Order: sequence, then structure tokens, then C-alpha cells
Amino acid sequence: MSSVELKAVEKHFAGGIIAVDAIDLDVPDGAFVTLLGPSGCGKTTTLRMVAGLEHPTGGEILIKGKRVNETPIHQRNLGMVFQNYALFPHKSIFDNVAFGLKYRGVGKADIAVRVRRALDIVRLPGVEQRFPTQLSGGQQQRIALARALVIEPDVLLLDEPLSALDANLREEMRSEIKAIQRRIGVTAIFVTHDQGEALAMSDLVVVMNKGKIEQRGAPAEVYEHPRSEFVANFLGNANFLPATVVAVAGGGISVALADGSQLAVADAARTVQAGEKVNVVVRAEKIELDGGGLSHASVLKGTISAVDYLGSTARYDVTLAGGEKVTTLATIRDGARRVGDQVNLSIAPEHCRIL
Amino acid sequence: MTAAAPSPTREGAFGWALLRVCSIAVYIFMFAPIVVVILLAFNSSRSGAFPMEGFSLQWFGKLFANDSIVEAFKTSLILAATSSALATIIGVMAALALVRYSFRGKEGIQTFLSLPLLMPEVVMGVALLMFLKFLSMPRSFAVLLLGHTVLSLPYVVLLVQARLVGLRSSYEEAAWTLGANRIQTFFEVTLPLISPAIVGGFLFAATLSFDNITATLFWKKPGIETVPTKIFAMLRTSVSPEINALGAVMIVITILLPLIGGYMVRRFAKAR
Ligand SMILES: Nc1ncnc2c1ncn2[C@@H]1O[C@H](COP(=O)(O)OP(=O)(O)OP(=O)(O)O)[C@@H](O)[C@H]1O
Ligand SMILES: [Mg+2]
Repeated sequence: MSSVELKAVEKHFAGGIIAVDAIDLDVPDGAFVTLLGPSGCGKTTTLRMVAGLEHPTGGEILIKGKRVNETPIHQRNLGMVFQNYALFPHKSIFDNVAFGLKYRGVGKADIAVRVRRALDIVRLPGVEQRFPTQLSGGQQQRIALARALVIEPDVLLLDEPLSALDANLREEMRSEIKAIQRRIGVTAIFVTHDQGEALAMSDLVVVMNKGKIEQRGAPAEVYEHPRSEFVANFLGNANFLPATVVAVAGGGISVALADGSQLAVADAARTVQAGEKVNVVVRAEKIELDGGGLSHASVLKGTISAVDYLGSTARYDVTLAGGEKVTTLATIRDGARRVGDQVNLSIAPEHCRIL
Repeated sequence: MTAAAPSPTREGAFGWALLRVCSIAVYIFMFAPIVVVILLAFNSSRSGAFPMEGFSLQWFGKLFANDSIVEAFKTSLILAATSSALATIIGVMAALALVRYSFRGKEGIQTFLSLPLLMPEVVMGVALLMFLKFLSMPRSFAVLLLGHTVLSLPYVVLLVQARLVGLRSSYEEAAWTLGANRIQTFFEVTLPLISPAIVGGFLFAATLSFDNITATLFWKKPGIETVPTKIFAMLRTSVSPEINALGAVMIVITILLPLIGGYMVRRFAKAR
């Protein structure tokens, strides 16, 4: 069953700005769904429309199967976590967390019990009497989470909740939010422009661009099988090689690069014909540098034109014989390569996608 | 003062010395009359001028024995309290509408609300009078109240508006998502968070009303006096020591009121 459904939802702002362009989306019950995309692609606007903070200019939003377009925010029973926490600065932590319960007619004794339980869940027991400014950023975000969860919302909405935290804390909170969501089983919609967060936390990643959904799927699927240049680029380091199809046999496709060297591609999702011009996508970390290589991998010759030393790995820019530039990511075993080194790149057919 | 550091050169040093002298002169020019008024209020001499002959509180006593002065005080206080309360209520609502909502003619209303700030008081005074004549309404306390409210409204609006702009709307949005409706959110979240600006606006409005004279002279009904118009009337006959005492009381009130306000706001902020 779907927890949240968007049917052709769109949002136009004054001045002809199309923030969200006829989006269809099903969020399954209990799922952790991430809206991922670059700045300005309409993630926040989409989330705010689900929350009721923004009114769609078209389409229909359903929560638990019921149309909510006309339901005011305060009757939607959603928990929202904001980027800047938005804890009420004039209220104690107890009053912050209890805020939603007060408007649900929960009795005083019950409120105390539930607030304590919520603070236990976010691992911050005993801070009831403090004020938000007396907590660290990470702690404040935990309280914001507790405040949103304590009302037992139908859906938990999170708008870049981690972006105000420093890098270490961000990773810690990432796994914690995920663990809490899993334990409680609440449906969550999470907005981020950080692909690491999206891949690590989600059951379903929805990649957005310019108000539209580019692709949706499980993290591994979206990462391994990008269906557009945009998705391939946005998630990880992707290389694009313009090529011409020379032969198609069964699931195997053979393409020729600019200098005529051949590359074997195994992409069952695309049907192509010999002579067709295509773009082959290969992820940087799937290209092996001077490896023994798999027997069925294609080997391309090139020269290193730039080296980015990253510690345990290095990123190499390699210029192929035909002039194409390729980026590879390789583990450093015995010393990094230098600019000007001649290298062989092995690329396995199953790691190539045709766009 | 400019951001440039004092230069070690001769001309630089001279410039700074000149600046210092000028600054001190300006302060003396501004505050000497106030000091004189307060000093003379305690002078035992009848003349109400220097030299001081001795210390006395008799003029303050006379002040409170004078019914017309006490009456003027009452009028001023009631006028200040009511007009600033009205200006605060209207001003907070206007500021909320201007900051949190978008509607047709918003720019126009914004300009319109700050107009009393830019218009000479004499013009305001005459305009309201002519308007009342047009409506064939007589001058009354209500007119005075209305006028003072209009005069201080822009200050409240601007102060509260500035605070609201600085206040992220996510606090209110969080309250809505948690189940509070608009009115509950206003009283539980918005109002406490903008209260320093409201208190400040109220005290500002009260001070403005309390020492307004120009417009008040146009609007007051003959026979009604506020403290400033009373002083003005008394001055026409002579400079008496009572006027000095009255002036001293006025000064203390108009300085004390904002100070108390500032203190309250700070106490308030600390309690958070
Ligand atoms: N209130 C508004 N009025 C006009 N345009 C708006 C408004 N809110 C958002 N937009 C526009 O809608 C588009 C989408 O904005 P949105 O905030 O949803 O982006 P986002 O994906 O959340 O980006 P970010 O990662 O920067 O937060 C942007 O072009 C933005 O300028
Ligand atoms: Mg956003």
C-alpha cells in the first residue's frame, strides 16, 4: 500500500517559474524514499507540498489513499524535520517535544511518558529542562527528530536535516536516522543533494532534475544503471565515450571509438543497430588500470594527463589514443602513477552502459 | 567615526584633536539645557534662573498641588497608554500581513503606513483637522487619540517588521506541522518570539505620544491640555520655576521609559 502518492503534481510560482513539473510518485508504506537532485530542482517544493506548506498548482496528493490537497497543514499528521532544526527557542526541550501532543488532546501524564520515550529513542534522555541553545547542533537535530516522531506521524518528512552538521556528525546521524526509521517503521521522505546520503539511507532513490523525475529505483540500480546522462553524471564519476556500433550479436555489442579501437558492451536494456552513433557510459571506479584484467575485458591504450592523489586511491585523467578523456579511480598499491605514463585500461563489458 | 585608524602624522593628530573638541561641543550643546533645567528645578529662588540660591523641593510640591498640571499629566498618561496600545495592536497585525503574506497592493500599503514618518507634523495636524471638518466632527479626546495612534504606528510597524523578517518562518511552519492552527501558532510561537520588538515598539510609541506637541496643538479640544501643551501655555506668561520642575519630570519619564523597556527586553531574552 502506498503511504504517499503524487499524481501529476505540479507547482508553478509567479514569474513563470516551474518548480515541480507534473511529478508522479508512489511512496510505499514504511519505505525510506530520497529525493535527490541538484540545487533548485524542486526537491524542497515537492516535500513542502506533501507537508501542506505549499499548494500544488495542479495534480493530486494522497496520503494513506486520501486526497489531502484541501487538508490544512495542521490536520495532516506529518512529522517534519527542518534543515535549521526550527526548535522553538523560547520553549524547553520538554515543551518542544510535547508541542505536537498538546494539540492531540493527550493527557499530561501520558505526555510525560511519551516525551521521555521519544528522548530515549534519539538517545538524549534527561535533557527535558534545557533550552535549545544549550544543546549542540547534532543534539538539536535529534530533538527535532524526537519532536516529529513523538506524534506518531503518518509520514516523516526531512529536508536536508544533516547539511548543517559537520562531516563526522553527519555520517553518524545518517546511520542513526536510518536505524530509528527502520525500528519504528515510519514512512520517510528525505530530501538531499548529497548522493552519499541518498545511496546509504534509501530504499528508493528518486533523482530529480529541473522539476522532473529523471529516474527512480533502488540505490544500486540507479547507480549501476543510469538511464540518462544526467543521472550518470550526478551519481558518481561517469565517463562518456562517443562511439559507433560495429556489431551486434546476442546480448553482446561491439562499438568502435574514435581511433578505431574496439570496446565490448553488454547492455541488454538497449537495442541498437550496426552503424548507430551511441554514448557509452563507464564509471570511473570500474575501469581497471594495468590490471591483469578479466579475460573478456576490452583493453584501451592511453596516457595519463593528470593525477589526483587521494591517499588510499588516486584519480587519473587518461587521454585515449583517439583523444577521448577518461577518468579512472584506482587503489594505490605500489606507488601512484605519474603524468605521461602509458597505461592499459581494462573495461569489462558488463560495466558499460549505452545511452 | 570612520573606520580609518588614527594616523600618526601631525595633521592626523590635529584632525583627531579637532574631532574630539567638536564632539564634546556638540554634546554640551545638546545636554547643557537639560542639565540646566534639572538643576534649576531644585533652586530655591523664585526667579527660575541662575544663580542657584539653595536646594529646595518646593517647586515639585507646587507642581502636584496645581490641579491643572495634575490634570494635564493624567491626560498625557492616558493618551500615551491608549494610543500606543492601539498603535501596537494595529502595527503588529500590519507587520504580520506585510511580512508573512503576499497580497495585492502590498507595496502601496507599506508606503502608506510609513507616510506619517515622512510628513511634517504640521501638515499631518492640519490634514486631520480638515478631514474632521469635512466629516463635521468636533475636536475631542478621541481625535487626539486617533492622531497620536497614526503618528506612532509607523514606528511599531517598522520595528516589528524588522524582527519578523529576521525570524525564519520555519518556526511557524514547524508548529503547523505539529498540529497547531494559525491562531494557536501565533500565540504560542510567533508572539513570544517577536515580543521584544513589540515591547520596544509600544514604549517608543508611548514616548512619542507623551512628548508630542506640534500635532497635539492642532488636535486638542480647547480646555484639554497635555503636559507639553501645558508647559507651552505656561511659558507664554513667564518662565517660572514650576516649569523647570515639570520639565525635569518630563525628562525623567521620557528617558526612563525606554530604559525600562530595554532592560525588560534584555531580561526577557536572557530567560530563554
Ligand atoms: N516561494 C518561491 N517563489 C518563487 N520561486 C520559488 C519559490 N520557492 C522555490 N522557488 C523556485 O523553485 C525552484 C525549486 O526550488 P526548491 O526550493 O524546491 O529547490 P531544491 O531542489 O530544494 O533546491 P536546494 O537543493 O537548493 O534546496 C527554484 O528554481 C526556486 O527558485
Ligand atoms: Mg531545498
